[in-house]
Amino acid sequence: MADDSLWFIFLNACIINNFVLTTFLGICPFLGVSGKYETATRMSMAVMFVMLVSSTCAYFINQILVAFDVEYLRLICYIAVIASTVQLVEMFMKKFSPALFRALGIFLPLITTNCAILGLALFQTFREYSFLQSVVFALGAGAGFGLALVLMAGLRERLELHDVPSIARGAALTLILAGILSLAFMGFAGIGG
Amino acid sequence: MSDAATSTPPMDVFIKGLWRDNPVFRMLLGMCPVLAVSNSVMNAFAMGAATLFVLTMSSTLVALLKNFIPKQVRIATYIIIIATFVTVVDYVIQAISLDLYMALGAFIQLIVVNCMILGRAEAFASKNSVPRAILDALGMGLGFAFALFLLGAVREVLGNGSFLGFDLFGPSFEPWSVMILPPGGFFVLGFWLLIFAYMKERSEARQQEREEAPHGG
Repeated sequence: MADDSLWFIFLNACIINNFVLTTFLGICPFLGVSGKYETATRMSMAVMFVMLVSSTCAYFINQILVAFDVEYLRLICYIAVIASTVQLVEMFMKKFSPALFRALGIFLPLITTNCAILGLALFQTFREYSFLQSVVFALGAGAGFGLALVLMAGLRERLELHDVPSIARGAALTLILAGILSLAFMGFAGIGG
Repeated sequence: MSDAATSTPPMDVFIKGLWRDNPVFRMLLGMCPVLAVSNSVMNAFAMGAATLFVLTMSSTLVALLKNFIPKQVRIATYIIIIATFVTVVDYVIQAISLDLYMALGAFIQLIVVNCMILGRAEAFASKNSVPRAILDALGMGLGFAFALFLLGAVREVLGNGSFLGFDLFGPSFEPWSVMILPPGGFFVLGFWLLIFAYMKERSEARQQEREEAPHGG
């Protein structure tokens, strides 16, 4: 399979090099929002949308920056784009779906500091993806983030009913669970060579 | 709340970041770089130093400018300040050691979205004077670097059989390579948290015993 075929880029971002479990991007929301299945799905929807928009913007901004030979402004421009996209999503949701807006609450503005989104924009720049490849990469990364978050939320909801030692309750147990999930995802490493 | 914050002695502001409110072990902030670049002591050390620099500089600037930044756009302003210093660090590391730059990869630029830095700017630097903000940033940054070092040391010794690149166990050692791979990061941090939770529980139990002893006896 060619390394730059669209299908491979999608599969690579989603499963083989899952953003959360093997590249360690977006760990904060992964640990913070994965307590309930309901919020986890909504959060991943919002992240997927922001990823798609910011990846598209990042592609065009990079073209402009390269044209003017001012690449050192890249980081500042990207983060500004992401922050404004998040603001846009927030206003849009408030107007058209107030229920969802209230449900997401504080997590919505926190997407700005989600490293998965900035990481996505940086990676697509380093790998010099074309426009179509960037969009597919963003879709794959969003799907991978959602997959990891929903899997984790399912596991944690079941763990609520079990008796765990008091010292392991909370963050420690979540991290060890994440380690086991990450081990499972390592099994995909061979796909596509 | 601001009264309480300004009345704590300066030494306390510095110390609390190191241990009691350690950003990694206690507040679980800035997890992404902690897990991703702690696969060797050298990487962990470089990352800790870079974060310490960015945190100190941006906290100083935020504390200096706190009266000029309008409330509505403060988060955006903080992010731009942080991004500026991260760009500086990015170019400096690239100039000093290209190997290190390659090893850390995108994670240098990702310091921008380290929630610990934005968190300190919003929660501390924007409410306190410059010297106190610097002390707080130094304490938090050192605490962060310390946590990175703890993780990096365990992962490099177990996963590679070496410490700072020096071979520890000789050629017969079979490296436990899962420890330098991604799952190892989660496991090692999980076990450190377990150890700290156990220590906390024991010291609390001991304190309770001490309080109850005179009444019981």
